[in-house]
Amino acid sequence: MTDGPAAPPPIGTRGLDWLDEEGPDGDIVVSSRVRLARNLQGYSFSAHATGEEREALLGKARAATEAAGVLEEVDFWEIPRLDPVDRLLLLERRLVSKELIGGPETGPRRGSGLALARTRALGMMVNEEDHLRLQTLRGGFQLAAAWRDLDQLDEEIGARLPYAFHQEFGFLTSCPTNVGTGLRASVFIHLPGLVLTRQIRKVLEGMGQLGVTYRGLYGEGSRIVGNLFQISNQTTLGKTEEDLIDQLERLVGRVIGYEKQARAVLLREAPNVLEDKVWRAYGILCHARSLPFEEMMNLLSGVRLGISLKLLKTPRVDVISRMMIHAQTAHLARAAGRRLDEADADAFRASYVRRALNDAESH
Amino acid sequence: MDCENCGERKAKITLTEIENNEMRTLNLCSTCATLKGVAAGGSAPMADLLAHLGGSAGDNLFEEAGEACEYCGTGAADFRKSGRLGCPQCYAQFQRQLRALLRRVHGSSQHMGKVYVSTAPDADPEQVRLSTLRRRLERAVEIEDFESAADLRDAIHALTEVS
Repeated sequence: MTDGPAAPPPIGTRGLDWLDEEGPDGDIVVSSRVRLARNLQGYSFSAHATGEEREALLGKARAATEAAGVLEEVDFWEIPRLDPVDRLLLLERRLVSKELIGGPETGPRRGSGLALARTRALGMMVNEEDHLRLQTLRGGFQLAAAWRDLDQLDEEIGARLPYAFHQEFGFLTSCPTNVGTGLRASVFIHLPGLVLTRQIRKVLEGMGQLGVTYRGLYGEGSRIVGNLFQISNQTTLGKTEEDLIDQLERLVGRVIGYEKQARAVLLREAPNVLEDKVWRAYGILCHARSLPFEEMMNLLSGVRLGISLKLLKTPRVDVISRMMIHAQTAHLARAAGRRLDEADADAFRASYVRRALNDAESH
Repeated sequence: MDCENCGERKAKITLTEIENNEMRTLNLCSTCATLKGVAAGGSAPMADLLAHLGGSAGDNLFEEAGEACEYCGTGAADFRKSGRLGCPQCYAQFQRQLRALLRRVHGSSQHMGKVYVSTAPDADPEQVRLSTLRRRLERAVEIEDFESAADLRDAIHALTEVS
């Protein structure tokens, strides 16, 4: 195990509470996330800071989160003290970034940390690109609610730690793309209707004109799997936090509208093809003996669409979202209690998915 | 499997489309998928920033910013390369250039959001000054500029004796 006084708290099911709330438009919007980038006066940004400085900052950040009432009970992990599977578990739950946990060879930098409320996905990363990345995640389409929680956490942390703030430029960040509000809001959205009807490009490009950007499943530079897109605000300066949230909300609302229209067109004009696609996906998931992650995600997309259009009675949408988390490699390895090579993981995934769908059908 | 569009690269993405009540499945490489608008490809804020910094306009912007940040030593060249600043003080050091850059990237340089007034105990400007000096001392020792190091040490002593 690790040296040091106390073992890190167990990861368990921390940070997955958002799966229990379906939230508005939960069949189309998987989750809503908001984060705030904050830095402290008197320290270099994390990438330039020495190991000692980062650890000093980690200690202050930890004390501040433990005193923050909005978090109620809070867990704190020093990332270098976690074993590699635990680090990946946090990554697969999107509670930490690749940058925070470091590469497989290099590992995390000294002083990297994560604070997380025990009963909801609200907390902050410490010593990522910025000193603090306050973040929260909610189920369904709930950007405004997510912002309210995060704003409260920001008030509490800012009262205890001296943020670097500039009259003209606002909250100062390592990268000028985040300066000002430091706010990045995003939704994780399922758009099979727009992909199937070949309108997705038009819709996404249209959004680009309106200060909004999109990317794949695991953030910047990654590709899109399972018709899932992450849509977020592009700029952070020159508008209030509420305006940024409101603007993104209205835009995503329009995208949801387009998606619903596309689905209606498909149901009207190609009902047989659509129904076949949905049931085929469900059939493969129920019976496959080996399932690579991307194939599973593409099939789950068909099933999610089927549930949303009431072509399938089971499972519920939250069962699909749960599978998207628990059938990732580190989660499977944790459930198996051992390291899994790719073939093992694909077999394990297939058996996990069969069981989950079976349970959902019998309930 | 090879990409069914270009036949050159390895297929990585399966795209399904429905047209005239017929379903078509295409296995595509990332490049062809991007062309069809399904692969990740929105303009990422970071790529956007580096484009602003790398272009001829970007060169002009930071060309005259000769001095490195006195607190952390980050220079204009470092910033142009990485797109990242070294510390909060860099914003004061490169204020004029950053203002122009922020207007290009965000369409504005004026923060309109929450106003922050620090009530934290160690927000004391003297503390900030002190940690700036300590940081500069560290750098002076690093580059073996012992003359500056001696001056900085005196300045730190002067501050700590008063408080």
